[in-house]
Amino acid sequence: MDKNLKLYTKDLNLFYGSTQALKNVTVDIEKNKVTALIGPSGCGKSTFLKTLNRMNDLVHNVKITGEVYLDGSNVYEEFDVVDLRKKVGMVFQKPNPFPMSIYENIAYGPKIHGIKSKSRLDEIVEKSLIASALWDEVKDRLKQNALGLSGGQQQRLCIARVLAVEPEVVLMDEPTSALDPLSTLKIEDLIDELKENYTIVIVTHNMQQAGRISDNTAFFLHGQIVEYDQTEKIFSMPSDKRTEDYITGRFG
Amino acid sequence: MRIKPQIADKIATTIFNIVAGILVLLLVFFAGYLIYRGKSKLNLDFLTSEPNSIEAGGGIGPPLFNSIYMVVLSMAISLPIGLAAGIYMAEYAKPSKVTKMIRFCIEALASLPSIVIGLFGFLVFVQMTGWSFNLLSGALAVSLLNLPVITRISEDAVRNVPLSVKEASLALGATHWQTIVKVMIPCAIPGLVTGLILTSGRVFGEAAALIFTSGVSGYPLDFTNFNPFDSSSPLNPFRPAETLAVFIWKVNSEGTAPDARTVADGAAAVLIICVFIFNIASRVFGTLLNKRFAGKTNN
Repeated sequence: MDKNLKLYTKDLNLFYGSTQALKNVTVDIEKNKVTALIGPSGCGKSTFLKTLNRMNDLVHNVKITGEVYLDGSNVYEEFDVVDLRKKVGMVFQKPNPFPMSIYENIAYGPKIHGIKSKSRLDEIVEKSLIASALWDEVKDRLKQNALGLSGGQQQRLCIARVLAVEPEVVLMDEPTSALDPLSTLKIEDLIDELKENYTIVIVTHNMQQAGRISDNTAFFLHGQIVEYDQTEKIFSMPSDKRTEDYITGRFG
Repeated sequence: MRIKPQIADKIATTIFNIVAGILVLLLVFFAGYLIYRGKSKLNLDFLTSEPNSIEAGGGIGPPLFNSIYMVVLSMAISLPIGLAAGIYMAEYAKPSKVTKMIRFCIEALASLPSIVIGLFGFLVFVQMTGWSFNLLSGALAVSLLNLPVITRISEDAVRNVPLSVKEASLALGATHWQTIVKVMIPCAIPGLVTGLILTSGRVFGEAAALIFTSGVSGYPLDFTNFNPFDSSSPLNPFRPAETLAVFIWKVNSEGTAPDARTVADGAAAVLIICVFIFNIASRVFGTLLNKRFAGKTNN
């Protein structure tokens, strides 16, 4: 695997109280590639995703050992969490727009990071909405409440909201699991376009989706990585029996 | 004999309907009676003229104004503190013994009878400060009464903000504080407003805590005097000021005017109508704001 690394983890362990949710996870995530994390429910893939932008900091009683590096700097030691999350954006499982206007949703991030100029904000809002393929659908109603959008539109709005703070990495936690097939397709196309400029890590329990959109795939089971390789290889000739069983639908 | 479940179900439904019906009837009867008794006084003249303790024909202008001013003052005191405390409880307090202790104190404070608060206020805000009876002391006493309620309302309103929205903000690199101020409080506003209007209604009707703090008398007020430092100005918070509820109590128990009874009835009708207005306003605002922040339930 070539070593154009954006993110990597070393012996990452995570405990919720006394339950170990991640066991010695060591992964290299390549720049400008889509990395998919697959595995059955409860295997730790979402937990792992959240260690990358430290969203687990919110949960009480979490203990993390091991290291996560972004551009060679330790995420847990050398980064301020605000700076980290600015660089590593996140799209959640269920669309979660703020109950504000479409415009305010996108402008929120840039505003909290200090951009005040109206024209600059206008520009960012337009750019982000174009990048998330939502601009044409909403350009005439930017002042309307974002909650009036359809689920698929809301999710693309959430992606636009992340893009507005100009991150380098975009984490996606099953971004299409609450959407209909058509909206899912749109988001998948979008992911394909986004990887030109961003490094994307996506959790999905839809294997076809992982196959369609990702370059690399990591298969998680019981908090461990069973296999991590190029997606093509994982899906055509997995080296581990468990991976094969999962991919062929024998469990999970 | 065993009752069939379907019949038991019907009986239970009927009983609950009857209980609910009794509640509604009680309220309708109570409010209807008060308004019926006071309806002859429901006119602008009564609402705006000075009380008269000797002759018939006095009004409730100053007490009505005092009640409104009391609501404003006490809210100005208790809202910032209660909101801060509520945010602390919802967002910062970790589950611990100290937090449990704080919660216990808030609940204990909430269950204190208002007459006790009134006497405490008399000791602390009237005697110890040497201010004598005055509006501000009354407002402080009522604030003590309100504080636990507002804290609770704020805590609930902030807690009800969906976690997903909070996460979204934090994930964009907002600090906890930015998230609270820019996302959580705006999202909590419908709940806050509803609760605050209801609390205001309570202040409006409060008497026991005020008798010994803001007093049962008032200087003659000059409603054209806007200097808050002048003793005849209605805006002066350091003047003794009977509120509408206290006025009703006073006129009823020691009224000397020949029409004391009708004045008290009229004032009571006005009071209950005002409380209704507060309640209806809280509903209307709550619904409107919820619509504005539409689909809070979507998440």
